[in-house]
Amino acid sequence: MTALDVVGAVLVVLGALLALAAAIGLLRLPDVLSRMHAATKPQTAGLVLVVVGTALLLRSSADVWMLVLVGAFQLVTAPVTAHLVGRLAYRSGGVRPDLLHRDDLAGRTDRSSPG
Amino acid sequence: MSGRRLPRPRLLRVAWLTLVWVLLWGTFSWANLLGGIVVALAVLLLFPLPAVSSDGGLRPLGLLRVVLDVARDLAVSSVQVAWQSVRPGPPIRSSIVAVEVPDDSELLMALLVECLSLVPGSVVVEASAAERTLWAHVLGAGDDAALARFRRQVDRLAADLVAAGVDRVRVVPDHATRVAAGSDPRDDPPEDPDTPEVRP
Repeated sequence: MTALDVVGAVLVVLGALLALAAAIGLLRLPDVLSRMHAATKPQTAGLVLVVVGTALLLRSSADVWMLVLVGAFQLVTAPVTAHLVGRLAYRSGGVRPDLLHRDDLAGRTDRSSPG
Repeated sequence: MSGRRLPRPRLLRVAWLTLVWVLLWGTFSWANLLGGIVVALAVLLLFPLPAVSSDGGLRPLGLLRVVLDVARDLAVSSVQVAWQSVRPGPPIRSSIVAVEVPDDSELLMALLVECLSLVPGSVVVEASAAERTLWAHVLGAGDDAALARFRRQVDRLAADLVAAGVDRVRVVPDHATRVAAGSDPRDDPPEDPDTPEVRP
């Protein structure tokens, strides 16, 4: 077992822990908008850590490039998903107003929706 | 045809799609490369993207700085959200904050949405290109100090993106209007021109 194997294994475990925290967040956070935070940040970072760790463990080029693509597309697409879900959630009442300290969007969703 | 159309963005698109194709195969061979170029050209012909004009272009070093900043912020905010998810106590309070985009470049707005969702504890809920404004949901911003901190982070991010020359890349308007067929393309961020409208 080389040093690279150890680093790779540690990264995979760290990534898995972040993904676990994201899963717990999906259950425990109070409303849809808060849950989208758990679905974007720890989930993305966790996946990237797992991908990097796996790449260090595998070290054979064909699989590693595939992993690079997996990580890159996750980084690019997760925010788009979060934005779309968050946008629909706000408009369809998926937010708890009593937990909002400040809401700049209050009373203007009608105006901003085109068509 | 108004606006300067450089061949470079198209070349970059073909190069990028070809790269993805070769990476998917995992090994480099001339057959993969040629196949990738054919697939890239077919994809770009079948699903044309809006033309882009760019004067001066992007600064790679500035972009690298943004990437490094985002990577660091992603690590920090992941641990933060992970902790906010598992910590005991009452439900967490948040805020929805309006963020003004300093320029009406589509790429700047898209990248801001992208970066804001990955980094400082925020998810972009609503975006209006016509008003140059984004609305971000900031997790854990239960007081004015947290809001001020968030605004400083956003200002830094936007300034870094502008310094990287992102705001100088623009969609050539006539083509964008044609692609969006019927709807005002400026009412939606570039990534989701097909968002179904849901009314409360």
